Amino acid sequence: MATESNLAHNDQPNPGRRDFLYVATAAVGAVGVGAVAWPVINQMNPDASVLALASTEFDLSGVEEGSSVTIKWRGSPVFVRHRTAAEIEEARAVPMSDLKDPETDEARVKEGHDQYLVMVALCTHLGCVPVGDAGEFGGWFCPCHGSEYDTSGRIRKGPAPKNLVVPPYQFLSDSVIQIG
Amino acid sequence: MIKISTIFAAGLIALGLAAPVVAQEHQTPQIERQQWSFAGIFGKYDEHQLQRGFQVFREVCANCHGAKLLAFRNLAEEGGPMFSEEQVKALAAEYTINDPEAEGGTRKGLTSDRWPGTGQSDADQIAAFGIVPPDLSVIAKARSITSPFPQWIFNYFTTYSEGGPDYLHALLMGYEETPPEGAEIPDGKFYNHVFPGHAIGMPPPLADGQVPYANEDGSEVPAEMLTAEQYSKDVSAFLMWVAEPHLNSQKAAGFRVLTFLILFAVLMWFVKQRLWRRVH
Amino acid sequence: MSSHTSNYTPSTGIEKWLDDRLPLIRFSKEHLMDYPTPRNLNYWWTGGAILTFMLAAQIVTGIILAMHYTPQVDLAFDSVEHIRRDVNSGRIIQATHAVGASMFFAAVYMHIFRGLYFGSYKAPREILWILGVIIFLLMMATAFMGYVLPWGQMSFWAAAVITNIFAAIPVIGDPILQLLRGGFAVDNPTLNRFFSLHYLLPFIIAAVVGLHIWALHVPGNNNPVGVEVKSERDTLPFHPFYTMKDLFAVVVFCIPFAWFVFFAPDILGHPDNYIQANPLVTPPHIVPEWYFLPFYAILRAIDFNFILDSKLLGVIAFGGSILILFFLPWLDTSKVRSGTFRPMFKWFYWVFVANFVLLTWYGAQAPDMKVLGNFTVADTSKLSVLYYFAYFIVILPLLSRFEKPRPLPNSISEAVLKPAPATN
Repeated sequence: MATESNLAHNDQPNPGRRDFLYVATAAVGAVGVGAVAWPVINQMNPDASVLALASTEFDLSGVEEGSSVTIKWRGSPVFVRHRTAAEIEEARAVPMSDLKDPETDEARVKEGHDQYLVMVALCTHLGCVPVGDAGEFGGWFCPCHGSEYDTSGRIRKGPAPKNLVVPPYQFLSDSVIQIG
Repeated sequence: MIKISTIFAAGLIALGLAAPVVAQEHQTPQIERQQWSFAGIFGKYDEHQLQRGFQVFREVCANCHGAKLLAFRNLAEEGGPMFSEEQVKALAAEYTINDPEAEGGTRKGLTSDRWPGTGQSDADQIAAFGIVPPDLSVIAKARSITSPFPQWIFNYFTTYSEGGPDYLHALLMGYEETPPEGAEIPDGKFYNHVFPGHAIGMPPPLADGQVPYANEDGSEVPAEMLTAEQYSKDVSAFLMWVAEPHLNSQKAAGFRVLTFLILFAVLMWFVKQRLWRRVH
Repeated sequence: MSSHTSNYTPSTGIEKWLDDRLPLIRFSKEHLMDYPTPRNLNYWWTGGAILTFMLAAQIVTGIILAMHYTPQVDLAFDSVEHIRRDVNSGRIIQATHAVGASMFFAAVYMHIFRGLYFGSYKAPREILWILGVIIFLLMMATAFMGYVLPWGQMSFWAAAVITNIFAAIPVIGDPILQLLRGGFAVDNPTLNRFFSLHYLLPFIIAAVVGLHIWALHVPGNNNPVGVEVKSERDTLPFHPFYTMKDLFAVVVFCIPFAWFVFFAPDILGHPDNYIQANPLVTPPHIVPEWYFLPFYAILRAIDFNFILDSKLLGVIAFGGSILILFFLPWLDTSKVRSGTFRPMFKWFYWVFVANFVLLTWYGAQAPDMKVLGNFTVADTSKLSVLYYFAYFIVILPLLSRFEKPRPLPNSISEAVLKPAPATN
């Protein structure tokens, strides 16, 4: 195009200043694009009503010894088991060498509240919900692919690679826990 | 060309801006605009006013009206009444929430719960008031006042968006014990000169000294704060916040965006000028 | 496809390989960079870029809103509030979409009236113009259905009233009405299909925009003097001259846009739409969004029977007021394109613009409001409707017989270039 040779960029009297203007404008434009892009992506993150449910409080006093309840936390089931002394003893007697994913029972409960076992109720294999009081280790048995867990929720047999996950939780008082 | 452009632009601005406010002209008599802390582009909610307004809402309005979109957690959020997390948790726990998943179908309220409503059935309310009192979640944006020409044009520049609280305040203050001559008010209705048709089902809700405001340290508040007028303003402001809870952060974002756009426009102008200088 | 050839030569092996198979780079260079554009385009010619930007903005924000919205009559209203209250940046995204509709129409009206003044619809750009009218119709349909989605009172009654227009069609009116609504009244099926179509139509608009730009690039742009490009002296490459000018205009356009979004997001809307839809109660005064008001005024102005029933007649006038634009290229018989060189046309044009604004105003008023003495809106708006149609059917076809155009410049460069610049 004939005009283009007239308008070629390198015939400017002051190329340095021009370059600065173009670079500055492009930089400001890039900031603008970024500032728009972030909310466009961030809107897909959990919204305020979902985040409000991110932590759950639960009163343990209703759970009788030897029984468990399933509660909902962040949309997933959580087992809360009030263990008997025998169960605790059984769990602590297991040598580490027998475990696929070695972890002591003490590390899976809160000190002073050893009877309460709180775990995300999803099999670490492919996410099915295991059945309680079942399997040859007296703990949980996953009906989907036959993984078996002991009374501390540790994987003992079957395809699952890890122990049942203990969610972050803390005791707010002697009987109330806050999960998440 | 410039002259043509100007006429063109003027015409289109008029065209673009004409409709919505003109449309409201049939609703109500002229209502006085109030001074609100959240008016205009620099406006922000006054958290103390929202706290007082919440007290009025809770002790007076909420007996008959719901606010199903308001969550307890909102009361602790930035840009709102800013109660502490503990206060809101304790407040929520005072309420019983229907929850089919809970034992017995009810449980104590949590901060994630929405405002529980009045506990009265629609049938009971119709028997008492003739209608179901409207939910107040967005009432401050579902009502407005008229802006005659040319005032509505200025609204675009002053960003006047407080028609809702202006209306609510006027309504709450608009009761008259003795209706003017000729006004027929059916039994069980009340005369209100602001309400369309003047016969309103809501009894006059506010009276001087009705809501015992107290300072945080427990000391008494001055008597001029304990008037129906003050309650009305506070609760109108609170309802505006319920309807538009992110107003503060939205305006703050607006300043950042406008600053950016003006800066970018100026830079683009120079870029464009520099390119075109070679052509002219 | 266009009258010029690109000076693109692939510089690397990969580019050459691509060029032989899918000449994407060549195409972009021809149409986005080298495209020869008249050098005298003023800011009214930035409308295309602004509209493209607005379409993109509406599609992006719309897709986001659809991720959080629920098209169900019991949940729709609350789901929009959920977006405003809970979704991250939801209030701003929702406001951008809602205010964006108004800004989109403001820009499209500027674009249309630009075309009307400068005769952009005349040969050889008839198809370009017709595609534009199709886009305008699609925009109206999209905006109308989008307005129904929040399921407020205005949403519901807009849906009820506008679908009712089709009931005016003789014999098949009622079956069509039921077909559109998916029921005997506006209800959940209506909301669901409007959501589906509101999501679909913008992509159809985008496709027609593609055709619109294709039809632009064959004859090339019209320009303020309305004289065709005669030599390369008359043009500039689209990039960087018009890309940067357009970008500047888009940024400036965003300033009032942002003003409304952040500081007065509801000022262009109606408070009644914050009341959830109630099929049993009509709001006392229903009005469409401002951008439909002129056509709404035309619909309402026909309140008399004339051979046909007034309802059908109103609908014919309403539809005709837009359909007549399709025939405009053949109704205007003047050989001169630009209004700048048509002394009489100018007057009729500006009266037409003022009349259009007046129709907008009429559309927002109650029909029984007194305007002049005892004459009401219903009476005086008939005059405006008359002028609207007369402009197209009588004035433009006959004007060229009486009008003596001012002399046209020989070329664009003669019209705009100052004495040859002393540079280089």
